[in-house]
Amino acid sequence: MQVRVQSEVFDAGAELNAFAQGRTDIGAVVSFTGVVRDTGGDLQEMQIEHYPGMTQSAITKIVEQAMTRWDLADALVIHRHGPLKPGAPIMMVATAAAHRAAAFESADFLMDYLKSRAPFWKKEVTDKGSDWVAAKDEDEDALNRW
Amino acid sequence: MNVMYFAWVRERIGIPQETVDTQAATVTDLIAELTAREDRYAAAFADISALRVALDQELADFDAPLTGVREVAFFPPMTGG
Repeated sequence: MQVRVQSEVFDAGAELNAFAQGRTDIGAVVSFTGVVRDTGGDLQEMQIEHYPGMTQSAITKIVEQAMTRWDLADALVIHRHGPLKPGAPIMMVATAAAHRAAAFESADFLMDYLKSRAPFWKKEVTDKGSDWVAAKDEDEDALNRW
Repeated sequence: MNVMYFAWVRERIGIPQETVDTQAATVTDLIAELTAREDRYAAAFADISALRVALDQELADFDAPLTGVREVAFFPPMTGG
């Protein structure tokens, strides 16, 4: 298991190639990359604040839950903080398992939990000013799927 | 105890963290104490349903006891991913 919280950019392709490399018991690798999206066409940057004392342990617990629930060979979570430009990668999740169902489902589970249970807060800075991104009810509801 | 604020809670109160000398028994009691201090706290804690709390880096309920707790953090619902 790998959990990395960082301000530096990462190369999702290189990370994915390195992930679970050399293992021959894996039949499926699933990955998701979250990217800064400019919804209104005037986004200058997205500022991601986090709770340094809690972030790493909160994410680790979420990944541990996934590894207990599904038979995973490995899991990777990278999540950035700090000011990010439109188009920049925010975070990525990768899961490896013998079969695809476990890899897909656990990646989906990780994304749902990271969204609502990892201590990050997003602020959008546009030409008009800045505003915190509000959590959506459906993101909280998504946890009930599991 | 160390009290921390994140995102718009931090902006409304104006500081990221502070040491608070308190005998508050629960999170709700601590909020009542802080709210009575100054308007900026009252503004941050006006709607508790819009807030989350962590005790020693673990999410908790507002009626949770503060016995033995060293760090309390207040923040809006998280928006990771």
